[in-house]
Amino acid sequence: MPPWLSADLAIQVSYFVTAVLFIMGLKRMSSPVTARSGILWAGAGMAVATLITFLYPGMSNFALIVPAMLLGAVLAWWSGKRVAMTNMPQMIALYNGMGGGAAAAIAAVELYRGETGGYVTASLAVAGGIIGAVSFSGSAIAFGKLQGLITRSIRFTGQQFLNLLLLAAALVLGALVASQVNATAAAVTGFFLLALLLGVTMTLPIGGADMPVVISLYNALTGLAVGLEGFVLNNAAMIIAGTVVGSAGTLLTQLMARAMNRSLGNVLFSGFGDTGSAASGAVSGSLKPIEAADVGVMLAFANKVIVVPGYGMAVAQAQHKIWELSQLLIDRGVNVRFAIHPVAGRMPGHMNVLLAEAGVPYDLIADLDEINAEFDTADVALIIGANDVVNPVARTDKSSPIYGMPILNADKAKNVIVIKRGSGAGFSGIENALFYLDNTRMLYGDAQKVAAELIQAVKAVG
Amino acid sequence: MTGMVALYIFMLAAFTGYEVISRVPVILHTPLMSGSNFVHGIVLVGAMVALGAAHTPLEKTIGFIGVLLAAGNAVGGYVVTERMLEMFKSSGRGSGQGRH
Repeated sequence: MPPWLSADLAIQVSYFVTAVLFIMGLKRMSSPVTARSGILWAGAGMAVATLITFLYPGMSNFALIVPAMLLGAVLAWWSGKRVAMTNMPQMIALYNGMGGGAAAAIAAVELYRGETGGYVTASLAVAGGIIGAVSFSGSAIAFGKLQGLITRSIRFTGQQFLNLLLLAAALVLGALVASQVNATAAAVTGFFLLALLLGVTMTLPIGGADMPVVISLYNALTGLAVGLEGFVLNNAAMIIAGTVVGSAGTLLTQLMARAMNRSLGNVLFSGFGDTGSAASGAVSGSLKPIEAADVGVMLAFANKVIVVPGYGMAVAQAQHKIWELSQLLIDRGVNVRFAIHPVAGRMPGHMNVLLAEAGVPYDLIADLDEINAEFDTADVALIIGANDVVNPVARTDKSSPIYGMPILNADKAKNVIVIKRGSGAGFSGIENALFYLDNTRMLYGDAQKVAAELIQAVKAVG
Repeated sequence: MTGMVALYIFMLAAFTGYEVISRVPVILHTPLMSGSNFVHGIVLVGAMVALGAAHTPLEKTIGFIGVLLAAGNAVGGYVVTERMLEMFKSSGRGSGQGRH
């Protein structure tokens, strides 16, 4: 090694390169054309930072570090490669929670060692610790809910008060630990247990429909926790990457909440998000069934068809058949577009991933603002497994829990075809007025089977 | 690094994060969240340093869990983000990149 090149300099320069790669990578990830290269750039940055850290002065315990890394990496690699695209939101929640847990673990090690050096650093460790711990246990609950392991939303009166009490207790203990007057191991342990418990009690009352916003919030919080622990360890790569994710995640959370017409406070402190007492049943008219053969003819001779896919389509694994049907129609000269509501799927952008998996090019996919004016000129709106996001009640009925939520104006199309398993209500438990309109026909059956029938019907038209 | 310099870094990084993704289309929200989730996997570096300096069995145990979780965050975040972004293709009109 030349004399001017110390391990410390090599580490600092590598971390700088990592920070640049992360920021450029995130920038590239915000456009569909360059997104793929963005993750590769960020991945290269991560590899550089991880490898150079082995040179950190005074490091020991390599016999523990390497197995822990390998174990975590192999488990995550294996699960990440296997997870179905429909289950992506909860998987992101899980990996995110792990990051929060790691940040809390760093804080715990530093606080137990009691060598954080000064009140300021100790306070930062405590702050990162509580945020990381809440993100860890909260994300675990979010995972459990979306995975269907936790089916009930536990709510009782005084719940907010209890959460506030828990937060206050954790902060008092944290202040005690940070001031180092009484920083016994017991105080540190109690502080982390309270923080973990707070994450659980905060997340349990939140319903499944609001979970994406919560996952996004915990993602931002983990970033912040990582940044704070970066200050504790005097690690520039952690400070920059953590803070960038903290602010980018906050913006993303706001965008998602806005797309769902919910404020963040509303999500965290009110109880909508799963089957509420939605008794606003002023729906008149009848459900009018139709056969696949008739729909096939209707589609084949249409000028313009707008497909509105929902989570039900993904659950039925019908996206491949739907794309096959769309290709048939495109070959016949039909103008086919896909209309995606911001919350179609389980989180904003999730449906785009599911359609991309089936091979649908992203330039055929339009979001709400782009497509809503086009329903007027569409011959057929084909609704597959979507429900609340096309419910016109959101425009008209002030008593409805989804009132004010931006919806796709599928009811404006000349004909509306709804493919649906049965006549149940949507994710929110609200009756859908669209199904009862005069220009709506119901095509009952499993989405995948119905799509196959439609393909045959279109082919039969010749 | 002095406190004030650290504060400046924090402020500039916060604005950078906000600006970098401020014009992201909705279609990329899920992969971008996953991607930013991967980026805070940098916590792995800190977990390694913390475990590297741990002495007592308690510190070592927590440090071990920390490194394990952080490695899971980094690797899992990368794998799922890459899987999702790999699938995004344009129909060939305009500026599509033809790779799969």
